[in-house]
Amino acid sequence: MLGLEGYGPLLLQGARLTVYVGVSSMAIAIFLGLIGMLCKLSASPVVRFFADIYTTVIRGIPELVLILLVYYGLPTLIQDITAALGYPVDISLNPFAAGVLTIGFIYGAFSTEVFRGAYLAVPRGQVEAARACGMSGPLTFRRILLPQMMRFALPGLGNVWMVLIKATALISVIQLPELMRSADIAAKNTRKPFTFFLAASLIYLGITIISNIVQQWAEKRAERGIRRA
Amino acid sequence: MEIIIESIPRFLNASWVTIQITALSVFIGFCMAIPLSVIRVSAGKILSLPVYAFTFYFRGTPLLVQIFLIYYGSGQFQEQLQAVGLWHLFQSPWFCAVLSLTLNTAAYSTEIFRGGIQGVPSGEIEAARACGMSGVLLYRRIIIPRAIRIAWPSYTNEVIFLLQASSLVSIITVMDITGVAGEIATRSFAFYETYLFAAGLYLVIVYGVLWLFRRIERRLNAYLSAESA
Repeated sequence: MLGLEGYGPLLLQGARLTVYVGVSSMAIAIFLGLIGMLCKLSASPVVRFFADIYTTVIRGIPELVLILLVYYGLPTLIQDITAALGYPVDISLNPFAAGVLTIGFIYGAFSTEVFRGAYLAVPRGQVEAARACGMSGPLTFRRILLPQMMRFALPGLGNVWMVLIKATALISVIQLPELMRSADIAAKNTRKPFTFFLAASLIYLGITIISNIVQQWAEKRAERGIRRA
Repeated sequence: MEIIIESIPRFLNASWVTIQITALSVFIGFCMAIPLSVIRVSAGKILSLPVYAFTFYFRGTPLLVQIFLIYYGSGQFQEQLQAVGLWHLFQSPWFCAVLSLTLNTAAYSTEIFRGGIQGVPSGEIEAARACGMSGVLLYRRIIIPRAIRIAWPSYTNEVIFLLQASSLVSIITVMDITGVAGEIATRSFAFYETYLFAAGLYLVIVYGVLWLFRRIERRLNAYLSAESA
């Protein structure tokens, strides 16, 4: 069981790729989340409308369908469009890029809601005070809003990360050799599917436990400046 | 486009499969989660620790691993399963799909209802005790109905997540919406049209379920409506 018949290193490599995919998608999700939040709070109804469409539609479609749509659908769509314009091209997506972009895009919708809640939780007086000190809009955002928002956003972002890291298993469907795909290969070669999927699940469990510890540490750190009654 | 119109009957059948699998798992999962959550909060360590381990494992690992562990992993125990006469069940993708979705949702719902039970105001429990209720009667009449009402919005989210997660059963060849979309897409090369149509179907079902659960919520909280309406 512990030797995993020589497939242990393959699983660990897969686990490393899973963490890479997870961290890269999370970075995209946070970036899109901040943009989405700004759009949701925008004064323009058109911008708000598109931000609402983004969060409601993306959260209503299964991740797997979106991954398949991006990986198989997007290249054919582009090929059809370019062919119609008279410049036929041949495109195929790299599974890593397709997976990371799709997962990041999906969880960007979830982080948009997290950031919106966090933004609304920062007392308005803070912004007014910053304005009174002569800070401009972007400066107020960077110096005053963002650091305080992060404290409110951390628990929500932690939850997004927990769901996201488990969703990366779906990228195995488009043949990226992350943890799940490596376990699948090992299971087929050794004919011991239970052993290898159990091992993979325990590695995921380990990632979850470590993430939990990091999250608690980060939340405590973000509350350094807060006096408790 | 004609391909989509031609395959609408197949998509309707597939939607029925998706709804069936989800509804069955939600129903059995609910029936498991209520007693499990009671054990989790009120029973001694010997009983509540295994329940905690169950929810921890199923919430900490990806659903795809759980599905593979049950569907492919059971092959490793073919002889033992044949000996007890359960082998033919584990050969059926449909059975394995429902089993893994049920266990998964039972784990998440147990934690949701645990939160609900802990959120029941202590005054109501004291009042029930003062009326002479205790044990099973107290749980049946006061705590559980109140806990379900408190937990309902979170439970609605869980059901929506499960509905979307049910798309994973297509990977073990169940012909749900995603499964049919995949088959039609690979046969006709109409990748984006079919997956977009599938995404649209999921959106419709998701918002239908949301509507249904909001109605149930209003029904559950009908005794409050005199004040709020």
